[in-house]
Amino acid sequence: MNKPLRRIAIFCGLLVLALLIRDNYIQYVQADSLRTDTLNRRVAIERYATPRGDIIVDGNPITGAAKSTKDGINDFEYKRTYKDGAMWAPVTGYASQAFGATQLESIDDGILTGNDDRLFFRNTLDMLTGKKKQGGNVVTTLNAAAQKAAYQGLLKQGKGAVAAIDPKTGAILALASTPSYDPSTFAGNSTSVDGKAWTKLQKKNDPNDPLLNRALRETYPPGSTFKVVTAAAALQNGLYSSADQKTDSPLPYTLPDTRTELKNEGSIPCKDATMRIALRYSCNTVFGKIGADLGRDKMLSEAEKFGFNAQQFTPVRSNASVFPKSMDKPQTALSSIGQFETAATPLQMAMVASAVANDGTLMKPYMVDKLQAPNLDVISQTEPQKLSEPLSKDNAQILQSMMETVVSEGTGTNAKINENGVTVGGKTGTAQHGVANSANPYAWFISYAKLADGSSPVAVAVVVEDESANRDDISGGGLAAPIAKSVMKAVIDSKK
Amino acid sequence: MSSSTNTPTHHTSTIGSIGTPSRRNTELALLVFAVVIPVFAYANVGLAINDSVPPGLLSYGLGLGLLAGVGHLAVRKFAPYADPLLLPLATLLNGLGLVMIWRLDQSKLLRSLPNFAPAAPRQLMYTALGIGLLVAVLIFLKDHRVLQRYTYISMFGALILLLLPLVPGLGANIYGAKIWISIPGLGTLQPGEFAKIILAVFFAGYLMVKRDALALASRRFMGLYLPRGRDLGPILVVWFVSILILVFETDLGTSLLFFGMFVIMLYVATERTSWIVFGLLMSAVGAVGVASFEPHIQTRVQAWLNPLHEYKLSQAGTHDGILHSEQAMQALWAFGSGGTLGTGWGQGHSELIRFAANSDFILASFGEELGLAGIMAILVLYGLIAERGIRTALAARDPFGKLLAVGLSGGFALQVFVVAGGVMGLIPLTGMTMPFLAYGGSSVIANWALMGILIRISDTARRPAPAPAPSPDAEMTQVVRP
Repeated sequence: MNKPLRRIAIFCGLLVLALLIRDNYIQYVQADSLRTDTLNRRVAIERYATPRGDIIVDGNPITGAAKSTKDGINDFEYKRTYKDGAMWAPVTGYASQAFGATQLESIDDGILTGNDDRLFFRNTLDMLTGKKKQGGNVVTTLNAAAQKAAYQGLLKQGKGAVAAIDPKTGAILALASTPSYDPSTFAGNSTSVDGKAWTKLQKKNDPNDPLLNRALRETYPPGSTFKVVTAAAALQNGLYSSADQKTDSPLPYTLPDTRTELKNEGSIPCKDATMRIALRYSCNTVFGKIGADLGRDKMLSEAEKFGFNAQQFTPVRSNASVFPKSMDKPQTALSSIGQFETAATPLQMAMVASAVANDGTLMKPYMVDKLQAPNLDVISQTEPQKLSEPLSKDNAQILQSMMETVVSEGTGTNAKINENGVTVGGKTGTAQHGVANSANPYAWFISYAKLADGSSPVAVAVVVEDESANRDDISGGGLAAPIAKSVMKAVIDSKK
Repeated sequence: MSSSTNTPTHHTSTIGSIGTPSRRNTELALLVFAVVIPVFAYANVGLAINDSVPPGLLSYGLGLGLLAGVGHLAVRKFAPYADPLLLPLATLLNGLGLVMIWRLDQSKLLRSLPNFAPAAPRQLMYTALGIGLLVAVLIFLKDHRVLQRYTYISMFGALILLLLPLVPGLGANIYGAKIWISIPGLGTLQPGEFAKIILAVFFAGYLMVKRDALALASRRFMGLYLPRGRDLGPILVVWFVSILILVFETDLGTSLLFFGMFVIMLYVATERTSWIVFGLLMSAVGAVGVASFEPHIQTRVQAWLNPLHEYKLSQAGTHDGILHSEQAMQALWAFGSGGTLGTGWGQGHSELIRFAANSDFILASFGEELGLAGIMAILVLYGLIAERGIRTALAARDPFGKLLAVGLSGGFALQVFVVAGGVMGLIPLTGMTMPFLAYGGSSVIANWALMGILIRISDTARRPAPAPAPSPDAEMTQVVRP
């Protein structure tokens, strides 16, 4: 019986050997992919095991970390907290243990958790010296005063959004959206507290959709504010060479190839008006005809130079604004006054204003100034980048003087800043939408401020989803312009 | 069959009374390690979880030491020539298991589960009962050959034990497998673990009697030796019973274990390879046949082939009449997160495997916290137990002892393979537990009894033959020199 016994001994040895080989396979060969599998909850546990780094505005963190409440099974150590969470939500996004992360919290997650490869060397050093792993910081370009002015202005009006840009660099100074949400309320993992807060914010439970970042992700018909783009196209293509040259515009103006008459709001002096007058009174007939005269291709090319039809990454993605690519002549005319299918994000319209203010050069918008290691060493610094040049310097200055007329004596007087040397240029807009224009219109205002030395520190776009429907351009001036004014003033004051 | 390899002066096959040394002191020294290592591990867990040495360290150390000491004294007194490795190996595994179970008791996640009760104190009690049973075996089973007398009683006993979970009102269906019986007031019992030992006794007794018939009285057919029908009968019964278990108790592991154990013993008894071929054929036919219509087995196979898919189904709460389990994937993640060296005692997240983290999947918990290195050490410990058991079979002088020892140790090795292979995703998951490591009363107690029998056989095997009684009137043998 001993021969089979020895064979059984070998067989048992082989069984153990098979287990050893399999174990080496899963714990050595496959170990890394299993360990970092995002479905492996340990990844999330590790992410929340140390406090996240901060998102910083003006040198002060707008985020923080708190020990999670250990109700029941929560195995995450720290949760995110936010200061003025609702005001900053369009910038930060959220980082929730239960619902993941969005926007800056998600894009720079590696830096914030300290897991980024660029922190590897430091982490290794810390491990050797026994220090706990720390997250790095994200330093934003935002201006706290401007953000506050934007957010509080919007709160008074209900729904809307503000985007403000430094025209010289493209740095985003304010990015507000209302109604907003406080990301702190669902940063944890408790089904009773965080889960409920989350459910309440969902669009199906709250028709106002507070989770929507209106400044970057919602496209509105831009209405008359788009006339700035049309005026730029007219100047760039040599259709008219100055602000005070009479245009060839009949009143009433019949859309080409149709019998439809394009109307103006109220009786305003639009017949053969100069572009300055037309912009000041917001003449649909003049700019509709300019668009039709230039034609689809020239309009499209100018709009795309301003950033239309492309997503912008700030580094948070902003939806592409729309200038239609295929349309006939009358549709081109309508599109050129911001109607038909034209749609723009607040960020896009702020870019239009900033390109004009920056003498025709459009800078790439960005909102992360630099990324810092836990010890505040700079890991990466954003350099301002030119995106395009929609206007020549001369034409930009012509357009500036037209926009300044709008504020000094036109529809945008509410944005006037009565300070020495400060000039403001702007354009109002009221965008009708909905079936047969039945829904409440959107009140727009885009503007920039110029200091005595000719430099322009801020361009801003404001949209208010108008509840008190007052169907003329005054509502852009009445509802949106004061908000733009206070944002610009906040930026100017903080420069002093 | 002699084991006298120790002294080169023996040239004859006669074993002298000064033969094998007892090795009891070796065992004692090894036992010290087997107690000290878990005590250190226990302190380690406490430091990792609570930053302090656990308050129960002294009593725990004393408790484990006392149990090991009792086992050692019983072996010293009642089985002085026993193999010195078996007791320390089992003690070490049991001690490590206790530490891991205690560590998982500290987990907040597991504490929040509905039926939570700390498992470590009960496991310690089961261990005490198990070692008590070991001592009882050593005291009352003076000679393992006594068990031969109970061959057919054992068969009936094992069959009854195995079929008990099917009795309405007695069987308990826990997580889809009906392998438990609930005894009011006492809790649940897994009769399969005890049946394993009793069946080995039956097989050994039966095969010892029938082995010549099975080996020789056969017809040659296509190069294989086919046995006679009347000898084949009991084999078919065993095959049929394992299929029954598979079908009605949906317990793949137990049926595989019984059948495998039987094939091993049959092979050893008859020395005919054809039995292995038969065995493999029959198990293949049985397994494929059952798997083709039993949804529980099919899910197990699905989960084995694609654990991630099964995990997602379970997360999504898919209700298609089948209980989807996320555990297979959770176990793989635990192993992977442990990596080569592990996270360290108390610093992993094995509780994510939920309620089975300390029982069926305890190996994954070890894999996470002790890493590849720790698992390899544990597997080697199991391998050593199996090989020492087979060594005992080689050394045993009677065929019954040989068969019983190889049956028990081969079954032990098979169980380790089936469980560890299932947890690691090498083969479909079965639902048995790692002997000694895992939480579970039946398992710990039965395996300590198994150790008792192996120790008893090894004592008999290694015991020096009594010196021939001196005969005063024996004449000197005349030696004729050429």
